[in-house]
Amino acid sequence: MNVVAATGRLTLDAIGEIGRIANFAARGGTAWFVGPFYWRAFGGALARIGYASLPVVGLTAIFTGAALALNIYEGALFNVEAFLPQILGVSIVRELGPVLAALMVAGRCSSAMAAEIGTMRVTEQIDALSTLSVDPFKYLIAPRIIATTLALPLLVLTADIIGVYGGYLVSVYALGFEPTHYITNLVDFLSVDDVTSGLLKAAVFGFLISVMGCYYGYKSRGGAGGVGSATRTAVVAAAVAVLASNYLMTSLLVEV
Amino acid sequence: MASKPKKILIRDLDKAFGDNQVLRGVNLDVAKGQSLVVIGGSGTGKSVLIKCLLGLLKADKGVIEIDGVNIARQTGGDRRLMAQQSGMLFQGAALFDSLNVWENVAFRLIYAERKSRKHAREKAIDCLAQVGLAPEVGDLAPAELSGGMQKRVGLARAIASDPEILFFDEPTTGLDPIMADIINNLLVERVKALGATTISITHDMASARKIADEIAMLYQGQIIWRGKPGEVENSGNPMVDQFVHGRAEGPIQMQVRRDFTSRR
Ligand SMILES: Nc1ncnc2c1ncn2[C@@H]1O[C@H](COP(=O)(O)OP(=O)(O)OP(=O)(O)O)[C@@H](O)[C@H]1O
Ligand SMILES: [Mg+2]
Repeated sequence: MNVVAATGRLTLDAIGEIGRIANFAARGGTAWFVGPFYWRAFGGALARIGYASLPVVGLTAIFTGAALALNIYEGALFNVEAFLPQILGVSIVRELGPVLAALMVAGRCSSAMAAEIGTMRVTEQIDALSTLSVDPFKYLIAPRIIATTLALPLLVLTADIIGVYGGYLVSVYALGFEPTHYITNLVDFLSVDDVTSGLLKAAVFGFLISVMGCYYGYKSRGGAGGVGSATRTAVVAAAVAVLASNYLMTSLLVEV
Repeated sequence: MASKPKKILIRDLDKAFGDNQVLRGVNLDVAKGQSLVVIGGSGTGKSVLIKCLLGLLKADKGVIEIDGVNIARQTGGDRRLMAQQSGMLFQGAALFDSLNVWENVAFRLIYAERKSRKHAREKAIDCLAQVGLAPEVGDLAPAELSGGMQKRVGLARAIASDPEILFFDEPTTGLDPIMADIINNLLVERVKALGATTISITHDMASARKIADEIAMLYQGQIIWRGKPGEVENSGNPMVDQFVHGRAEGPIQMQVRRDFTSRR
């Protein structure tokens, strides 16, 4: 009986929290439907989230592509020279590129957003914003959400290219494949849909990551400890949101 | 006094955080162009009172009228109209640490009034000068300033767009006596020059006497006394008396361990 009650309570709490996050996301995502627009804040967010994430996303992609090539080579039974670029390309473009890039950005940026906004909350800077007639959702939240949603597909596109290149390096220099074969096999097999479905996922991931970072920062309370736990929660929530939404979207996209 | 229109009127204002009933029926009013100073012990809810007036905290019950309009139940856009005509100095300054000092001071001009950055910068440097800060300070980050300097930047930010209502939460705390007096003069002069209505919180009785048209004391969630600065010395109220003269013994019992205080 107690277990049932506890489970019920937990479920209700979770539903309530999801509702609050959805409400927050709607407010933050639509804050820029009307002006004023704060381009300086947007540019700053784009540089921090998009441009500064390039190295870590690139490194993740190149090593993953390289390791994947070895694994496929090991597992393939026949015609591996045609097979390897195809499997590698599809895996990276449809699945690994978007998910791994999103997880890296979740670790890097949702924590930073939660810490920044959380510190602003506990030092009353967010209160100060409203006393200066500036809407925190327009100045703080919307620029970050829009910047992340736009930046992630671009990061994933970069990750796709670098990941495939990592596979190329291993195939050509370690496994002795013919370079032109690798490229023609890959290009012939990959469809535009493969790429766009990955980029579409990436946009959704970017939205979710920034919403989690902003939400947990915005509602943090009580000094450094509060900001610390907001940061922790934001990273975990962002990662879970990425993985869960990935499954959901994949099951929808695969059926089409 | 009674003939002047009330700029701010507060009736039966209640605010609690969980079990902690902070404000218990506050009644207060301030006439247009007047300067009211609120005094009271630490933790009695002075900052909470101001935050309720600004709409940063939502009062549980009661009426807050600004120019005769009840804003206690307003939220969002309407409340922002109120924010547009008021300026606030936070107790902890609350400067934006991602922006440099002049951008902080000019924040409302740049981001709410959409003035050019050049114009806003000139105005910011001018406001910094009024609080005794050199133009070079404008290019520093808030984290590079001393506590007292941060306070003055916060003050410059509050007055930068000439608001009709000004709230100062401990404007002279952390300043040396000379700078405190300069700030006091500035507050008095701003109020005179702008006809601004101000509510200030302070523990500094010298400052209170200088800037106040009236002084009100908050104790246990209520305004227990109000009067002219000249009357505060001989208020006849034991609580006010104890506070003004800063005595540990009296009707106000601070929450401290007795054995600890007696040993000091
Ligand atoms: N956001 C909040 N959440 C919970 N309790 C709060 C909050 N803000 C203030 N309080 C409580 O309200 C009471 C009054 O706080 P307030 O900051 O108004 O005191 P104060 O009169 O300004 O004191 P001081 O002179 O030290 O600044 C305190 O007991 C404080 O714990
Ligand atoms: Mg206070």
